[in-house]
Amino acid sequence: MSSTWMTTRAWLLMLPLLVVMVAVIGWPLVDTVSLSFTDAKLVGTGGDFVGFANYTNMLSSSNFSRTLVTTTLFAVISVAAEMVIGVLAALLLNQQFHGRAVLRALMILPWALPTVVNATLWRLIYNPEYGALNAALTQLHLVDDYRSWLGEPGTALAALIVADCWKNFPLVALIALAALQAVPRDITAASLVDGAGAFNRFRFVILPYLAGPLMVALVLRTIEAFKVFDIIWVMTRGGPANSTRSLSILVYQEAFSFQRAGSGASLALIVTLLVTVLAVAYAALVRKTAGSAT
Amino acid sequence: MLKTITKTLVGAVFAGGLLVPHAFAETTLNALFMAQAAYSEADVRAMTDAFTKANPDVKVNLEFVPYEGLHDKTVLAQGSGGGYDVVLFDVIWPAEYATNKVLVDVTPKITDDMKKGVLPGAWTTVQYDGKYYGMPWILDTKYLFYNKDILEKAGIKTPPKTWEELGAQAKIIQDKGLLKTPIAWSWSQAEAAICDYTTLVSAYGGDFLKDGKPDFQNGGGLSALKYMVDSYKSGLTNPNSKEFLEEDVRKVFENGDAAFALNWTYMYNMANDPKDSKVVGKVGVVPAPGVTGISDVSAVNGSMGLGVTAVSKHPDEAWKYITFMTSQATQNQYAKLSLPIWASSYDDPAVTKGQEELIAAAKLGLAAMYPRPTTPKYQELSTALQQAIQESLLGQSSPEDALNTAAKNSGL
Repeated sequence: MSSTWMTTRAWLLMLPLLVVMVAVIGWPLVDTVSLSFTDAKLVGTGGDFVGFANYTNMLSSSNFSRTLVTTTLFAVISVAAEMVIGVLAALLLNQQFHGRAVLRALMILPWALPTVVNATLWRLIYNPEYGALNAALTQLHLVDDYRSWLGEPGTALAALIVADCWKNFPLVALIALAALQAVPRDITAASLVDGAGAFNRFRFVILPYLAGPLMVALVLRTIEAFKVFDIIWVMTRGGPANSTRSLSILVYQEAFSFQRAGSGASLALIVTLLVTVLAVAYAALVRKTAGSAT
Repeated sequence: MLKTITKTLVGAVFAGGLLVPHAFAETTLNALFMAQAAYSEADVRAMTDAFTKANPDVKVNLEFVPYEGLHDKTVLAQGSGGGYDVVLFDVIWPAEYATNKVLVDVTPKITDDMKKGVLPGAWTTVQYDGKYYGMPWILDTKYLFYNKDILEKAGIKTPPKTWEELGAQAKIIQDKGLLKTPIAWSWSQAEAAICDYTTLVSAYGGDFLKDGKPDFQNGGGLSALKYMVDSYKSGLTNPNSKEFLEEDVRKVFENGDAAFALNWTYMYNMANDPKDSKVVGKVGVVPAPGVTGISDVSAVNGSMGLGVTAVSKHPDEAWKYITFMTSQATQNQYAKLSLPIWASSYDDPAVTKGQEELIAAAKLGLAAMYPRPTTPKYQELSTALQQAIQESLLGQSSPEDALNTAAKNSGL
């Protein structure tokens, strides 16, 4: 008797939460899915059922494939760089030195800034006429002339990646730093006694402790990077010549600028699916790493 | 939403608590404005205060968003059922707003005095399909600004009258070593680039659309883009123009780094403000040039209007507010930031004083204002054209191919 009552009571207790979840996640999702099969406009009513037309049109358009490549490049390179820089920063901040506390606090600053502020800041740094980057590079004689970093397809994406890294590596660093402090001192001391070099000590003694938390950081950052919108919108609006247009910008243009709600919904779902696949794959990896680490 | 409910509740409590037989019939209007350029936020508040002083039974809640958010905010507010009574709209939106029933048709409310008094070009800001969807409020076009000092040093007596001449004068300035790249434009992947392009399309006598189909890939539309590409490749145009917005152009011009720049009215008074600018007193302004045998001057219609939304519960009060905001008296009072829509204002010394040169340019420019196409698919068309312009400038595509692709992707 008691076990069924317990189960019932558990469900009863969870009911309010379930209702909220259905209302805020379930219903909008169902609505988006049904919208994606219509040619509905943003303003006005309904829209007619068009089957998979939105999906086939979108997947076969050159805009989509090009944007997917751009977004993937952005996500892969910026996340990889953030992971490496983040771990290096954490290793540095884990050392005992004067002013460490101040440096740790300062490091959080870029991450704490709103993205729009960060993007505006970098737009000023990259300014082709009066930007700090051009001034620094010419004074160091690395370039002869001021360059248009955000105006050339060859450098615009790279410039965006740098700005994104600057903002987001502190998150990785923070997570890594927390994990580093969990590494028992006697183990690192023992490895020193055994004569392990710096690299080997990191690879075989410290990294296993970092692997789990770093996987979490990797999952979070990859999902975020795939959905990138604001930093690009503020800095280049997807230009020059669409060379920095991300999937989220494409969704925004389709749904809001062009007001094709149906088509925009289908694209949003395609992006959601892509991100979900990535998240699931990563989650499996996390489980594996976490398992091997212990 | 929550705010509205709270307000309604507070209102109900008051109305119930007072129990006065002739309760004060107060109407509250919600109005959406833009937080930049032309009239400043403080000015709009001052104008509105003057209106509420004259009409104590009407209250106006003002909300300001950047230009980039104006369209989406208007449309989304409408879509979600709430929304504004009065909205500021750009000249490119009436077609879409009329088709999607965002704005009310106010044709019967436009009086004969209004029809006669307002500059004919200004009306194109609020018209679609022969109907009026509001009153023009900010009258604007792009002018050719020039640095008098640099032109004088180069031995140039008069500013250019044709686009060809502009190139020739820029070449002289460049050859004399006065500036490396004398011309600045706003060619970033944004609406700004379309405004510069439209100015050139009007100079070359081109059409955006013919019988509802794209026509910018032929004739004047093609010549306009070719001019941009030539000017860019010749090195006379500042190559950074392809990432500039209007504010970037202003900074370059105010720093004395451009001999010529295309920009809106607002740059005139700002470039003459010693707080901001190094070229105070050297700012020349003329209408954008023409093309020999085709046009004398060129201009894009960059005006904005005020309209009543279809969801407004107080359309009469909303219209009263709009009439006040667009009245000649109000506009004359704030003419330093945005020129009036009323023809006779330009002969009023109170308006012209201190900006005679700008007014002289405005008389020619405003009369020649060329509209961007009125179509519900405008945003799509604009996005396709922005891409075509950038691809041509970057040499990824010839102007012909780029415009043909844009025509295919324009949604028309």
